[in-house]
Amino acid sequence: MHPALLLLTDSRLPAGGHAHSGGTEQAITSGAVHDVPSLARFLRGRLHTAGALAAALAAAACAQAAGTPPATAPPHRLPGGQAGGDAGPWVTLDREVDARTASPAQREVSRTQGRLLLRVARRVWPSPVLDELARAVPHPHHPVALGAAAHAARAAPEDAALAVAYHAVSGPATAAVRLLGLDPVAVHGLLADLTPALGTVAADACMAVTTEHPPPHPKTAHAPPQPDPTDAGVRPDPAAPAAQPGSVQVRWAALPAYSAPALDLLAEQHARAEIRLFVS
Amino acid sequence: MGIHHDDHHHAPDGRGRALRLGVGGPVGSGKTALVAALCRALGPSLSLGVVTNDIYTTEDADFLRGAGVLDEERILAVETGCCPHTAIRDDIAANLDAVETLEHRFGPLDLVIVESGGDNLTATFSRGLADRQIFVLDVSGGDKVPRKGGPGVTSADLLVVNKTDLASMVGADLGVMARDASAVRGERPVMFTSIRRDPAVGDVAGWVAEQVRAWSHAHPAPLS
Repeated sequence: MHPALLLLTDSRLPAGGHAHSGGTEQAITSGAVHDVPSLARFLRGRLHTAGALAAALAAAACAQAAGTPPATAPPHRLPGGQAGGDAGPWVTLDREVDARTASPAQREVSRTQGRLLLRVARRVWPSPVLDELARAVPHPHHPVALGAAAHAARAAPEDAALAVAYHAVSGPATAAVRLLGLDPVAVHGLLADLTPALGTVAADACMAVTTEHPPPHPKTAHAPPQPDPTDAGVRPDPAAPAAQPGSVQVRWAALPAYSAPALDLLAEQHARAEIRLFVS
Repeated sequence: MGIHHDDHHHAPDGRGRALRLGVGGPVGSGKTALVAALCRALGPSLSLGVVTNDIYTTEDADFLRGAGVLDEERILAVETGCCPHTAIRDDIAANLDAVETLEHRFGPLDLVIVESGGDNLTATFSRGLADRQIFVLDVSGGDKVPRKGGPGVTSADLLVVNKTDLASMVGADLGVMARDASAVRGERPVMFTSIRRDPAVGDVAGWVAEQVRAWSHAHPAPLS
């Protein structure tokens, strides 16, 4: 774990996260979350759906920020070298997030949080990568902004995935403490119980979407890079520049698409609620 | 640092942008009424924007829109997740975003007012969000409040004591409040108002107008 991860996961990072409950406020309004056990179920479900997806997207964004070209053709790129428009990799990744976020309210909230995080990250960890992201996608989705910020802070894709997995449960847990007056120690006990799952979610997310190229072997240092044999069914993009040894690449076709319809519905109901304390 | 240095990673130095005025204070002291009065008084001569930080819903923003003192598109509401003081002090991201959104849509603006959610005496605006701040008390909160201090009372650029028309009814001694306030505030100004009796809030509006004038003089737009 890179030490910068501590800053990226700290609720005191001034990027607006304190005002988001990730559906918890609406789950409380609906009665689904009303005590510590029901919050535990909500957090576990959130981690393994929205959290796992966001972790994979953040890992992909972090690997993308590392500057290596895509290992395979991005899905929007058509055969024969015909690009689907002139979308760069940031725009493409951002569209991948859109395609996986069914609720319009969640898309808007994700972009708002991403924009605020990018603003903070550009001041705290100035980087050409963040400048390029801001140019290509001024309002990036939150996992994309966090993955890029993690790279700018010199953290690795798995760090980014872990940070996002933690965000997926820590903010909602705090919101429940504030709204229900739950015992904060009991709720932190829930978070502690989830830490093994956080690690698993982050590792799985990272393994799914990135391919690490081992450092060059002395005998093969000058050999051309080989296609990733685990990328079954995905053709290597002949137009893509060669991978750098020791680098990490994004496997676009392996981006997961977990969904949580209940969270989608909660987000839509929340956006229409007359009385609310949290943005989401 | 060369002439082409791209410095947008750093906090802007304020050149060419509007003065950002924070209006804070306890619940019910008259913050929204003051903001409405300032919009009424200054709207004809200045280009304004307002950001509200409601505790619940968009009550304050709706009040301002309903009051018709400002084009309603120039009023943005920020939700604060149960922590109004966090949103103006520790994590100002959402408020900064709202301020910059207004400047982007309607700029150049002369003044953006950020009204905090009603809070307690420890609330204060970050200097990263507000260039100047007004703290609003009312006499019905008790005439001991200025003596109790707190960062809003002691360090706000202007302290407004509102609802002076109620002083006799709640047994508040305005002389005591003035004396205690000046004891903790030194030279910083204190103004007594009754927005209900004097909706034009002439003194406060004059102070704000002077702050805007001084700000624009000190932070001219860079030559392009």
